[in-house]
Amino acid sequence: MSSNNSQSVRVEIRDLRKSFGSQEVLKGISFTVERGEIFVIMGPSGSGKSVLLRHIIGLNRPASGDILIEGDSVTKPGVLAQYRMAMVFQSGALLNSLNVGENVGLYLSEHRLKTPDEIKRIVADKLEIVGLKGLEDKMPSELSGGMKKRVAIARALVVEPQLILYDEPTSELDPLMTVIIGEEILRLREHTHSTSIVVTHDRDLAFGVADRMAILHEGEILFSGTPAEVKANPHPLIQKFLHAEVQFQKS
Amino acid sequence: MFQNIGEMIILFWRTLQALPLALRHRAKVFEQLFEIGNASLLMACILSLFIGGVLALQAGSVLVERGMANFIGGMVGVSMAKELAPVMMSILIAGRIGSAMAAEIGSMRVYQEIDALKTMNINPIHYLVLPRVLAITIVLPILVVFSIMVGWLGGALVSHFNAHINLSLEGYFNNLREIVSIGDVLNGVIKSFAFALVIGVVACHQGLITIGGPRGIGRSVTKAVVNSIVLILLLDYVLTRFLMYFEAF
Repeated sequence: MSSNNSQSVRVEIRDLRKSFGSQEVLKGISFTVERGEIFVIMGPSGSGKSVLLRHIIGLNRPASGDILIEGDSVTKPGVLAQYRMAMVFQSGALLNSLNVGENVGLYLSEHRLKTPDEIKRIVADKLEIVGLKGLEDKMPSELSGGMKKRVAIARALVVEPQLILYDEPTSELDPLMTVIIGEEILRLREHTHSTSIVVTHDRDLAFGVADRMAILHEGEILFSGTPAEVKANPHPLIQKFLHAEVQFQKS
Repeated sequence: MFQNIGEMIILFWRTLQALPLALRHRAKVFEQLFEIGNASLLMACILSLFIGGVLALQAGSVLVERGMANFIGGMVGVSMAKELAPVMMSILIAGRIGSAMAAEIGSMRVYQEIDALKTMNINPIHYLVLPRVLAITIVLPILVVFSIMVGWLGGALVSHFNAHINLSLEGYFNNLREIVSIGDVLNGVIKSFAFALVIGVVACHQGLITIGGPRGIGRSVTKAVVNSIVLILLLDYVLTRFLMYFEAF
């Protein structure tokens, strides 16, 4: 799949626009993610974060604008196939008809990149990395939400990705599991040196893992910078999002 | 509607283009063959036995009154081979297997499993559509041949044991052998091959375009079955005319 042997890639988004029907979901997004960086895109639900990720990995085509990986436009035929990319979906998106081992080794077995014995060994290694050693024979329906997400991360690792995209990796998880997933993302960067783009509305995760971050609101980037710069930004919407708290009045 | 037809033609073409990969996906094809055969064989057997029986019962009473009871074998034989077995088995498979295919692929689409395949550079047509379409086009003609024979047997049993008809088994099968040719059976097999392609492509297409959660999956299943049955009946007329033209020579 890859002709590029570096461990990470540079991603540049230029004036990306996308509409579904009359609704404009992305309104001219531009930012750059440097090699090996963890870049977090944070914003409220429905702000276009997941749609943006789907464009980067080629699941959606932009109406206008461009996505460049190492300077190559992903809209050009064959460009996506030159780079090893993986995405961890919000739901995990494990194939329910396959067991954990088959799910994790699917990329290798379908592309016939390794022998069955080698695939078994690689699957066991990747499951051990995400703390799920020995669960190869379990079916996805037997796993908890957190375990499914970690299997999805193991499946992404098999690709040895230069770019790994996380779509809401901690949604539906308890705070303890959120910490584990956050640590996993940091550990994987140390382990694989890949570039990571994390989409989330989880403030703890975002500030815990980000090298740089962008705040997305209604399809537009309000601000991008380091976590400290984001915290210090006086934009009322950013401050409202960062400091939103539930306050119930007891009658 | 025209967009759907266009998409189905494109899906059919891409599936044909993927045929050289069939050997590589043989494990998935065998899995589908087993599932389809396992789910349909008993039902096909019961259905065919009773279709043959009812045919003999209905036609028998008319033919006996006119002193032509000996012709029941040929009549049941030709009807089963050329029309009833291919059409009824195809409708059965559309309801039982086409619906399952649309539901499975539809839920994979809704729950992003197909997106996950794409991100791993795995073509959903090669991985999901090819094994299913190939399996159904292998199984349905076999099931139709089986159905034809069970239908003949059903007709024979009713003709023999029904007191009003009371035809010997030998008489029934002699007439059947005399009237039914291998071409009649081939006629049914050709039709069933075409119907299988229709069921496979329609069901997989409906699955692949599913949107909107569990309700969307339900809608896709209904559309897959209804569209398959409508297309089978339309295609049946066209193929019957086409094959009649060849029989004339």
